[in-house]
Amino acid sequence: MNDSPLHLAVALDGAGWHPAAWRSEGARPGALFTPGYWADLVAEAERGLLDLVTFEDALGPQSAAPHRPDDRTDQVRGSLDAVLLASHLALLTTRIGLVPTVNVTHTEPFHVAVGIATLDHVSEGRAGWRPQIASRAADAAHFGRRTTPQLTDDDLRDPELIAARLRPLFAEAADVVEVARRLWDSWEDDAEIRDTATGRFLDRDKLHHIDFEGAWFSVRGPSITPRPPQGQPVVASLAHASTPYEFAARASDVVFVTPFDRAGATAVLAQVAEAADRVGRDLRDRPLRRFADLVVLLDDEPGAAARRKERLDALAGAEYTSDALVFTGTPGELADLLLDWRTAGLDGFRLRPGALPHDLTAVTRRLVPELRRRGAYRSAYGTGTLRERLGLPTPRNRYAGQG
Amino acid sequence: MPKQIHLAAQLPGIHNVTVWSDPRSGSQIAIGSFVHLARTAERGKFDFFFLAEGLRLREHKGRVYELDVAGRPDNLTMLSALAAATTRLGVAATVNATFNEPYEVARRLATLDHLSGGRAGWNVVTSFDAFTGENFRRGGFLAEADRYSRAAEFLATARELWDSWHGADVPADPVSGRFVRPGAGAFTHHGGHFDIAGRFTTPRSPQGHPVVIQAGESDAGRDFAASDAEVVFSKYNRLEEARAFYRDVKGRLARYGRSPDDLRIMPTATVVVADTDAEAAAYADEITRAQVSPQTAIAHLEAVWGRDLSAYDPDGPLPDIDPEPESLVLKGHSVFRTGRAETARRWRALAHERGLSIRELVIEVHGGQTFVGSPHTVADAVDHFVQTDGADGFVFATHLTPGGLDDFVDRVVPLLQEKGVHRPDYTGTTLRDHLGLRRPPDTGRTSRTASAQWEGSAS
Ligand SMILES: Cc1cc2nc3c(=O)[nH]c(=O)nc-3n(C[C@H](O)[C@H](O)[C@H](O)COP(=O)(O)O)c2cc1C
Repeated sequence: MNDSPLHLAVALDGAGWHPAAWRSEGARPGALFTPGYWADLVAEAERGLLDLVTFEDALGPQSAAPHRPDDRTDQVRGSLDAVLLASHLALLTTRIGLVPTVNVTHTEPFHVAVGIATLDHVSEGRAGWRPQIASRAADAAHFGRRTTPQLTDDDLRDPELIAARLRPLFAEAADVVEVARRLWDSWEDDAEIRDTATGRFLDRDKLHHIDFEGAWFSVRGPSITPRPPQGQPVVASLAHASTPYEFAARASDVVFVTPFDRAGATAVLAQVAEAADRVGRDLRDRPLRRFADLVVLLDDEPGAAARRKERLDALAGAEYTSDALVFTGTPGELADLLLDWRTAGLDGFRLRPGALPHDLTAVTRRLVPELRRRGAYRSAYGTGTLRERLGLPTPRNRYAGQG
Repeated sequence: MPKQIHLAAQLPGIHNVTVWSDPRSGSQIAIGSFVHLARTAERGKFDFFFLAEGLRLREHKGRVYELDVAGRPDNLTMLSALAAATTRLGVAATVNATFNEPYEVARRLATLDHLSGGRAGWNVVTSFDAFTGENFRRGGFLAEADRYSRAAEFLATARELWDSWHGADVPADPVSGRFVRPGAGAFTHHGGHFDIAGRFTTPRSPQGHPVVIQAGESDAGRDFAASDAEVVFSKYNRLEEARAFYRDVKGRLARYGRSPDDLRIMPTATVVVADTDAEAAAYADEITRAQVSPQTAIAHLEAVWGRDLSAYDPDGPLPDIDPEPESLVLKGHSVFRTGRAETARRWRALAHERGLSIRELVIEVHGGQTFVGSPHTVADAVDHFVQTDGADGFVFATHLTPGGLDDFVDRVVPLLQEKGVHRPDYTGTTLRDHLGLRRPPDTGRTSRTASAQWEGSAS
């Protein structure tokens, strides 16, 4: 049994994760591209004392099919850049962690690292990011610089097949994270000296070229941004198969996994541990927080959430399923499930609200108090950075003392 | 009716403008510094807040340059945050067109325009050097001669992407079940620099297009400004040379079917205000001396001479040895990139004629502070500069972070307001409103040749 505090994250995406969520009662579909919509959601998440919120993103439009674009007009299409959105929300919140999704296949590693360092400065130590590879080949045409593997309909049946086809992109993504981590360390904490006697603002012995050279790119450094307050902002990744488990084991501080029951959670965590072994990561030294993802539709009255989902499914024209378990039930039933699954060794959960704001509010105002009643959730935010809240150690600067 | 003055503020952190040795000098990276300066500018009813960009730390003689403030944020990320700390102030980011791709930049700028409710601006710059390129996937891939053709196509492509969404493309009607109109975001661009197609993801933003700013010097740069920019930054802040630049650039507009009123010219400037002109002059001298420390004087000399001069006394005469015009000791700095043999000749002549030491010479050529005096003197000088067509306004860089703009806003802005040359309050909500610029037409997706559309709207 795990008696460290339970961690809760909420994954924000458009009007919610159900494709017909934008048509449900209380939704604000006309406001999805306004800052006020997001400010209200994140304020609610912070009222619920959640650890962090994540923001979905991609360099192409949403699609009902994970591997190719569609022409549907009956679902939410269109999005804002998640890093900029998170940064905007940083000044409207004070405690909650902000974890945008960032494509690492088509972007510049240098810009990504500087952007996340900036988010960490702006939020004073609450930044994370979820590096994401391009799983849709069509997005490559938006850049015209390269092609990426096209997943087939067959691949979609098995996460292992997906991961096998995208394997080179995962290896490149690991290089992107390595570059980001080196750039964040490239300024030592005491690089700024303001020494009037010698006229020096900086001590260049405390600034470092990172000289990364990999199969896909090279980056010289140092960063243009001083070391972020957390030293190393939190890296989180979503994983469904062996290759992404290995990516998480190499690169991440937090991994989001998608078991469908407690036994599945046990099995997945064993695979994550094996991946850590394979890449030689000592989890006592460099802990990896494991969160299970769940789509949640919550109502107080028994059966109401399932009926709500049926109505949304009817509007969508198909039963909604996901890469993660879709839970319908009462907040109490969800609390039972979370505490049960947790015994598999999970550190926390990332809940994907089926419809916003309804299912977010159900998490913050019903689920959280229920967990608290059971002694399983905090009643105030402590002080400290996102890393500290997640129990991740203060990272040592890899260049410190090298001169 | 006198011309209205357009005011902008910049957080420097580059070159030697910031006097970091002053005890009042705060952090160049803490969010509190940015919020303070942005709110001060908004209190002064400025048009916008601006961030410059340098994508590689400068290096001197092969090592990181230590003497100036360094360390800055990602511009669009920082400005997205500042949009939450302000309500009317424009937020303008410098974003390079060489080490970026149009899809991502257009998306990020459209996002900033959404987050700020229509207050975004984009300073399109063209640094192309291989030194900066070492931080990016493609390295120094672009020839100097191609920098503006890439920038122009980059901008045209960004405009096509912004125009790929019509203002009415998101009905979001739960009754009919139509969230988006068919074809929203579809684009195709086949050009020499970019060959891309697909779907753009960000719906049309409040301004349609963010305000486009440019800061080129060369003939090609000035033409790019005249054909495509809505604001031009310049370094010409002495009245005569500023008027010449103003005439030249405004004179180029007609060639592109645009009128002089379609473009605002804003030199960078500094300001020193005190109770009396004499006090201000003394304070300005003190600031200039702090900006040009003995070490900075030698470093600037080395940058021009292209060789190590660390053995020379900053309070002694200029070196007898000749410059090595081919060797570049200061990298990542645009100022000393070209014309160094000529610069050295001029510096020597000036030092000889006036009997100046190395440091005195560098202080002399540094140019000092732009506007110096009592609040009345400064207000009159700023107004005169604009009314006599030296500029349409200024981008103020301050020597103190973050309090360097306080005096100007508290003591000079009210005088400009009294003169009727600066707004007593914002009259609009967007950056285009503040600058008096038109919105690009939202013609929808039927005619999608953005450059033709743009020129058509301006004629
Ligand atoms: C006032 C001013 C501000 C500038 N700001 C930047 C900047 O922030 N980042 C940058 O890379 N270049 C900046 N530049 C450099 C210009 O983009 C341009 O490269 C330079 O003026 C040389 O012009 P040219 O390429 O037409 O010769 C600035 C130039 C001026 C005059």
